[in-house]
Amino acid sequence: MDILFSSLDILARWDVVLALLAGSVGGVLIGAIPGVGPAVAIAILLPATFSMDPIVGLTVLLGIYGSSMYGGAIPAILINTPGTAVNALTTYDGFPMTARGEARRALSLAYSSSFFGGVFSVICLILFAPVLAKVAPLFGSREIFLAALLGIILVVVAHRGQSLIAAALACFGIFLNTVGLEAVKYSKRYTFDQSFLSSGIDLIVVVLGLFALSQAFFLLQGEDEKTRITRLKGGLFQGLRELGRHPRVAGVSAGFGVVMGMIPGVGEFTAQFLSYTYAQKSSKRPDDFGHGSSEGLIAAETSNNAVPAAAMVPLLALGIPGEALTAMMLSVFYVHNVVPGPQLFQNDMPFVVALYLALLILNVIVLVFLLFATNQLIKVVKIPNRFLGVCILTLSFVGVYSLRNSATDCIIAAVFGLIGFVLKRLSLPAVPIILGMVLGGIMEVKLRAGMARVKTPFDFIERPIAMILFVMILGVLFIHFRRVWLDRKELKQEKWSTKHSSTTFGTHLSRRRDYLLTERGKKLRAKRSMFSRRSTDRN
Amino acid sequence: MSTPEERRWIGRLQGQVIFAIAFVVFSALLLSQIGTQTKWARGTAFFAQPRFWPAVGLGGMVLFGALHFWRLPRHRIRRTDVIEARIWAQPMEYALWFMGYVLLVPVIGYLPVTIAFVPAMIWRMGYRSKTLLWAGVAFGAAVVVVFKSFLQVKIPGAMLYDYLPGALRSFFILHF
Repeated sequence: MDILFSSLDILARWDVVLALLAGSVGGVLIGAIPGVGPAVAIAILLPATFSMDPIVGLTVLLGIYGSSMYGGAIPAILINTPGTAVNALTTYDGFPMTARGEARRALSLAYSSSFFGGVFSVICLILFAPVLAKVAPLFGSREIFLAALLGIILVVVAHRGQSLIAAALACFGIFLNTVGLEAVKYSKRYTFDQSFLSSGIDLIVVVLGLFALSQAFFLLQGEDEKTRITRLKGGLFQGLRELGRHPRVAGVSAGFGVVMGMIPGVGEFTAQFLSYTYAQKSSKRPDDFGHGSSEGLIAAETSNNAVPAAAMVPLLALGIPGEALTAMMLSVFYVHNVVPGPQLFQNDMPFVVALYLALLILNVIVLVFLLFATNQLIKVVKIPNRFLGVCILTLSFVGVYSLRNSATDCIIAAVFGLIGFVLKRLSLPAVPIILGMVLGGIMEVKLRAGMARVKTPFDFIERPIAMILFVMILGVLFIHFRRVWLDRKELKQEKWSTKHSSTTFGTHLSRRRDYLLTERGKKLRAKRSMFSRRSTDRN
Repeated sequence: MSTPEERRWIGRLQGQVIFAIAFVVFSALLLSQIGTQTKWARGTAFFAQPRFWPAVGLGGMVLFGALHFWRLPRHRIRRTDVIEARIWAQPMEYALWFMGYVLLVPVIGYLPVTIAFVPAMIWRMGYRSKTLLWAGVAFGAAVVVVFKSFLQVKIPGAMLYDYLPGALRSFFILHF
């Protein structure tokens, strides 16, 4: 109880309240504009939050992170375009509902489900916090190294069909993190005698390039899309009642969101996939899924909104970010000399609970805001893409230049912007680069510290948590390789089933000749020659 | 007709070959420099060597990049790949606009450059509507006021502000 009061005391400040309001309303707006997304907004705002108190800065960023998915549901339902990437599944059932004139019901249901997911997740984590506080100190250097390694492996294998390039890009991130002066031996690594490389490549510069500038370039290079928006009439409260009729789907989906959110590198997509599959399999009307099913919409929106709070667990308890957004938040901690990890849970529990309470409050603010302001908010969907691109380009300047007032940083960000643009064009993921940079740094430090007290390789995994993590790594790799093997088998079968003999005369003759030259062909020819008259031609 | 591999490929296939080749060549070039660009510290454990993590990163880039290239549905560069690579060069223009903006701010000032840059860029994008151009001016001014005046982000005062009279000079340096 004391912790709760101390946490409320941390939040009871005008600047924190303002940050909560700005973050939650701003997050909804950003989410509602297709083509912006929370990653761009957080990347741009990151340097601005460095001058604020940690709790104020983190509240703004958490507000954007937690509320953008609410906003992202609006264009997903109304114009079949997800506002943020994680709202893609919302379009499956949301847009068909709009098409049959039930836009208001779909939006209302999406808001209610998101609210339930968000609140459920925060309550779970507040209750779970004391357990975490006990478990977190059991993580030493070896365990944190193994957890970071598990995180990076999960990020790679989560990109099904692209895991090789995801691994290559994660290694690129690891390499980028090593550029500059090495902290222990003070030797230069890949600086090519350039002074600007001596201090290394800043994570925020890379983040801004890969997320903000690349998005600006992508929008500027593309075409504007024409959108027609359905005017909403009536209230938006019916969704809360409808949600009450599906407690099982909502509960299980929120549960998946919490569990998947806590595992580094997994996140919203897996949670949504599992929830949606569960909801469809357990539904009395599974054929409605994808054609405007309320259960499908509940599953998609509840699970994705349960993730942000849960994703803060590995970050706060172990200092390991599981995705790009939490990786960006990690830099806010570092700037303020607040080191997330077991020590934070032991020494500053009220700060951790305050963050969770902030998430709880922002869910309430966002729901109230959306219930009353949706009609005005849907107009932001109409902003032309290239105009938006200009806005992002202008805002990116603030993000990069305000870091160190360095034009070189801007050049590096522009280069990464171009790399990000190419990745976007090829539909390749940029997230492994960021996680490679962050987790690579953690792994380097923790492996060095962990190996100092290790005599044989087995000593590294002798402690129970280290052993569990090691077994998990092996398990993930086994599942991945099995899936790759099954995919290859399936591909082979598909190839054989579609393969047919050529019908051209030349190929037919060539095949006949090949057959006759085989042993069986020769035998057959000899047998047949017995029944035919011998040639009387003289050679 | 597309092959089963091409049909199963996630995302755009055009340009993948060029990207994969460029990635592997770039990684291999960097890896070839590991002897000169990193040091081997005597008396230091293998995992604590300054060379260890660059080797992990670059080794992984070469290995996985090469495997990615090997697993591509096709390995020859086609005309469509070259067309795609030309599209990659198009944002260079916007990157130059961005760099021009970056270089002009410390000379002319954050507020004047921003309220000129945004409408100019909007014009370049082909918009001629007065509403959008004025919206651009308003957006530029709002960005400066929010970030520089209120949030006090670190953007230095311009050289041009030095020519302003006394009190106005310090006001502009502090807020715009």
